[in-house]
Amino acid sequence: MSKYVQIENVQMVFNTRSGRYVALKDVDLTISQGEFVSIIGHSGCGKSTLLNLVAGLIAPTGGALLCAGREIAGPGPERGVVFQNHSLLPWLTCADNVYLAVERVFGGKESKADLKRRVAEALELVGLSPAAHKLPQEISGGMKQRVGIARALSMQPKVLLLDEPFGALDALTRATLQDSLMEIHAGLGNTVIMVTHDVDEAVLLSDRIVMMTNGPAATVGEVLDVGLRRPRNRVVLADNVDYNRYRSEVLKFLYQRQKRQVA
Amino acid sequence: MTVVVMKNVPDSSHVADSTAVKTAVIIPPVEAPPLSVSRVAQVGQWFGCTALPRVIGLALFVLVWALIASGGNGLPGPAQTWTSAVEVFSDPFYDNGPNDKGIGWNILSSLERVGIGFGLAALIGIPLGFIIGRVAFINGMLSPIISLLRPVSPLAWLPIGLLVFKQADPAAIWVIFISSIWPMIINTAVGVGKVPEDYLNVARMLNLSEWKILTTILLPATMPYVMTGIRLSIGVAWLVIVAAEMLTGGVGLGFWVWDEWNNLNVEHIIIAIFVVGIIGLVLEQLLLLLARRYNY
Repeated sequence: MSKYVQIENVQMVFNTRSGRYVALKDVDLTISQGEFVSIIGHSGCGKSTLLNLVAGLIAPTGGALLCAGREIAGPGPERGVVFQNHSLLPWLTCADNVYLAVERVFGGKESKADLKRRVAEALELVGLSPAAHKLPQEISGGMKQRVGIARALSMQPKVLLLDEPFGALDALTRATLQDSLMEIHAGLGNTVIMVTHDVDEAVLLSDRIVMMTNGPAATVGEVLDVGLRRPRNRVVLADNVDYNRYRSEVLKFLYQRQKRQVA
Repeated sequence: MTVVVMKNVPDSSHVADSTAVKTAVIIPPVEAPPLSVSRVAQVGQWFGCTALPRVIGLALFVLVWALIASGGNGLPGPAQTWTSAVEVFSDPFYDNGPNDKGIGWNILSSLERVGIGFGLAALIGIPLGFIIGRVAFINGMLSPIISLLRPVSPLAWLPIGLLVFKQADPAAIWVIFISSIWPMIINTAVGVGKVPEDYLNVARMLNLSEWKILTTILLPATMPYVMTGIRLSIGVAWLVIVAAEMLTGGVGLGFWVWDEWNNLNVEHIIIAIFVVGIIGLVLEQLLLLLARRYNY
């Protein structure tokens, strides 16, 4: 399906204490099934707002959002969200955190053993089977984010939504998780929408990079097709001419055309 | 392990603090001692930093007490009180009719009243706190009433209790109930309001039912606040019971104090003060131990 996620003329206005704030205006974007799309922009450009709209966590004040041809009216199991700060419940083990999602989506149809099998599979997918019965406070930040990804994947979402998933991690852990995410995407073929502020991350992972203009009234500035062949290897790509061209394209957009007035 | 536990016995100012009705206070997590320190050094450090000041403080307290008592003002000194205490505690469960029972019976009666009054308050106060924290409309409805009633002195409620229940015992329990319910309502409501947005986002992403949100997210996330509320409430309840029993009579520590005052048996009053203080301290410690389970 070539138009899997459709964002049509979307406008988002927040009523703040200091009056109306137009966060997004005239946002149009179409995403195909299986595509990996990054949304990049300076902080405050409404990229997380856009993701929350697709997730159904907030409703747009104008325009329409569709997923698989149906209007997005709220959160749904076909759209799994990975939050920036992992958002695991600290009183539940990793397995129980994932179980919460699995139970919600498949609880009515499947036996408890099947649900547990799904949890085990999701944790295995992110390489965390040994930590299944640990509490979030007992594992590292990277592992927590893996559990967050496992939780989102366990719902078998058609679209995986990632909100700066690796922003809080150190560079080495981030690289490992990016590689894992590429493998998972190659294996499952989910549609992925990822919000990021990391140029390298966007170029390495994405099929397309959506560059947002600065807010208020932010919108899609430019869209860059990343034509690099998969599987991608960060070490090989480091010297790749195309990779560096894509990279400088994004950098030029961010730091010349959409230069932040006040840092 | 006992060393770690002893290290966290709060000082007396902390105990005094807990009797005040306040909004949420979070107990800081327990710092484990560094592993490199050897066991012997650890015990030595505990003795020097924790045990020694306490022993000296208590000794000074007893000394000042003895000095004041030696002034000939009728106050019994430490030695005299101790002798009397040994006598009182050698037969705690005697029963010579309704007005002359052993200290054990008095303690148990007071604890029973506190237990019932506090238990009822928890049963109503904690769910009410949840509702207030969760539903803004009800919060708007009830918060002026709570603000109005909360500062009322506990004993002001006693006549109402006597009027409605026509009996002393339920009236005393009523006073405990009404004075210990506020910290639980307020702390629970504050706790519900402070559940991190992240957790609620998870609930929204998963589209959890309100019941599931309550049991898997709100309840555990609010537990530290609820525990603080319970701790403050027990403190208030125990503080109020002596005064309430003084007025209502029957069997109980408060009545015992009043009775011994009428008998001019001042040693027993001092013993009662210590008993009340020690039981309050023990209750507080037990709840602190319980609360530690909910420090995520």
